[in-house]
Amino acid sequence: MKYVDEFRDPALVAQLVKRIDASAARLPSRQQPWQLMEVCGGHTHAIFRFGLDRLLPDCVEFVHGPGCPVCVLPETVIDQAVALAQRPGTLLCSYGDAVRVPGTGGSLLEARAGGAAVEVVYGPRDALELARRHPDKDIVFLAIGFETTAPATALALQAARREGIGNFRALCHLVLIEPPLRALLADPQLCLDGFIGPGHVSLVTGTRPFDFIPAQYRRPVVISGFEPVDLLQSVWMLLRQLEQGKACVELQYRRVATTSGNSAARAAMEEVFEPAPSTEWRGLGSLPHSGLQLAPEYRAFDAAALLEPRAATGAEPGDPRCGCAAVLSGRMKPPHCPLFGRECTPATPSGPLMVSSEGACAAWYQYRQESADDRR
Amino acid sequence: MTDAKRLTLAHGSGGEPMQQLLHQHIQPLFDNAILARQEDQARLNMTLAPGERLAFTTDSFVVTPLCFPGGNIGTLAANGTLNDLVVGGARPHYLSCALIIEEGLPLETLQALLADLAREVRAAGALVVTGDTKVVPRGAADGLFINTSGIGVIPAAVDLGTHRLKAGCRLLVSGPVGDHGAAILACRRELALGGDLISDCASLWPLVKGMLEEPGLLAMRDATRGGVNAVLHEFAAAAGLSVELEEAAIPVRPAVRGLCELLGLDPLQLACEGRLLAAVEADAAERMLERMHAHPLGSGAQLIGRLVPQRNSAVIVRGLYGVERSLPAVSGELLPRIC
Repeated sequence: MKYVDEFRDPALVAQLVKRIDASAARLPSRQQPWQLMEVCGGHTHAIFRFGLDRLLPDCVEFVHGPGCPVCVLPETVIDQAVALAQRPGTLLCSYGDAVRVPGTGGSLLEARAGGAAVEVVYGPRDALELARRHPDKDIVFLAIGFETTAPATALALQAARREGIGNFRALCHLVLIEPPLRALLADPQLCLDGFIGPGHVSLVTGTRPFDFIPAQYRRPVVISGFEPVDLLQSVWMLLRQLEQGKACVELQYRRVATTSGNSAARAAMEEVFEPAPSTEWRGLGSLPHSGLQLAPEYRAFDAAALLEPRAATGAEPGDPRCGCAAVLSGRMKPPHCPLFGRECTPATPSGPLMVSSEGACAAWYQYRQESADDRR
Repeated sequence: MTDAKRLTLAHGSGGEPMQQLLHQHIQPLFDNAILARQEDQARLNMTLAPGERLAFTTDSFVVTPLCFPGGNIGTLAANGTLNDLVVGGARPHYLSCALIIEEGLPLETLQALLADLAREVRAAGALVVTGDTKVVPRGAADGLFINTSGIGVIPAAVDLGTHRLKAGCRLLVSGPVGDHGAAILACRRELALGGDLISDCASLWPLVKGMLEEPGLLAMRDATRGGVNAVLHEFAAAAGLSVELEEAAIPVRPAVRGLCELLGLDPLQLACEGRLLAAVEADAAERMLERMHAHPLGSGAQLIGRLVPQRNSAVIVRGLYGVERSLPAVSGELLPRIC
């Protein structure tokens, strides 16, 4: 298959592994392994699917980052979506992976079994089409994700406004990639040595959101594609920077991403959204200016207005033993968390990383049953 | 037929309209003497030779849409039950066919679907000898539901089943996996992905007939709901063993792989409707593979793995770069990923 097979070629993979080995051997020796964080959940999934972490030398490790939009979705948003789906005359449209995420009263899938109207769509355009076809119903799109998905939601809302489709609405929980990275890097216990940047976010944003990492923290960043050859080449590029004592943002995913990103996509986002004062992240708490809300001209499309006002819920308490924060900052491996595989499983996640298949703990649980009990 | 050629609740009421529907439009499609007697039950003269056993199975079909590239609910209802018989080593003899029709279904549609069902059953050398017709109000069914049951005969020399699985035996798949599931998914979602996604819906009897003549066959399953993944987990659980799979050996058509890459799905979890998984003695695997390749239904057959003494995971895949990972059992609906 073109554009896929050449980036999975076992011979190329073997060659890159050799280069990584050689480069790692030239790094200053130290007790702690060199830890590289792949920011994006898509990267985490590919690493586990292809077993790329097991191809790295012992002194280099992947640390799995916060860039899984489903994982960081707070339970309150799922609860709101469930409430909308249960509302008479409303159809709640969602990306596939969000419908399994448990809220406080169960997931959207469970709500559907109980009679709520939930439809899995591939994107906001499909939801908008449903709104055109069913003018008698309120069609609500659960708009989640990073800068990758925000432009598509913006375009759908622009079209709805242009065409006067008043029964289309969005329940927005769109988030930005830079704030959680800033929060992670501000952690004094941080052990990360470099970052594999998210290719599809960069397609929209360009490299700008990552510039502060080398500038303020002297850590290298390589924006990577999603296939095994992409990821291993990115690892090698990071190791070379570390070897040479450099720290800058490099672009591995040149066939898709550019330094400047996609200005048309950003213009659509800027017209439809504005920064929200603060946004709740599952596992990370409330982060200021970390999400998007509908701009005043688009407030009429806000699905939250359809909901009964509720007493504001504070940050979720969560289990104090939850190791997600330590996993995210590279201090713990998923199976070493006291909750992993016991209280915390994909069916009953205690922390964000167990929620979606792109979360590090869920991926480990799924693909690494062999080592789930290997609590070294 | 009086009413404007659509089925109404009257056609399921037991009165004149129902008799007309059965006599004029349904029975002729299945044309056989046993059905033509029109008793409340089919009367079967089956004499078993010593050691022969009856196989009996049932399955219900509720597919949406009713017609899809490569088949329809009629071919599916025929081949689904035929295949459940033949993977046990049974030659299919008789089928029942029960219909639950949503009022408003065009008669022409029903006839076309049942004609296809009848053709598939006849091609496998079997007969539809009994049936039932119900019509339910709009919304109580989705166009048409079909239940078929089947009776077949297992020859004395054939003993297939999970009780014969053992460590070391090899696992063969009869062709590319996931074709049916991918075709249905593309249809339902109106994904414009070109015409390469076609269901593999087919009766496996012609292929299995030949395989039964080869030595070393231990167990077979058709990989329907849950795909090859589900069969592998069933084999592992039933035998108390683990499965080791070679990812590179698993046959997947480019169009199916493309769809899976696009939606973040695993072809091993997609349903097949004309593929089987066979467990074979290690020393018989090569010959069995040759035999499968000799038939068009098995021309894409591959040796994909083996059973091994129990490990921490039920099913373990050796990936393209030699790294092993566990293959979890299918959990719930197949859902596309966001990124």
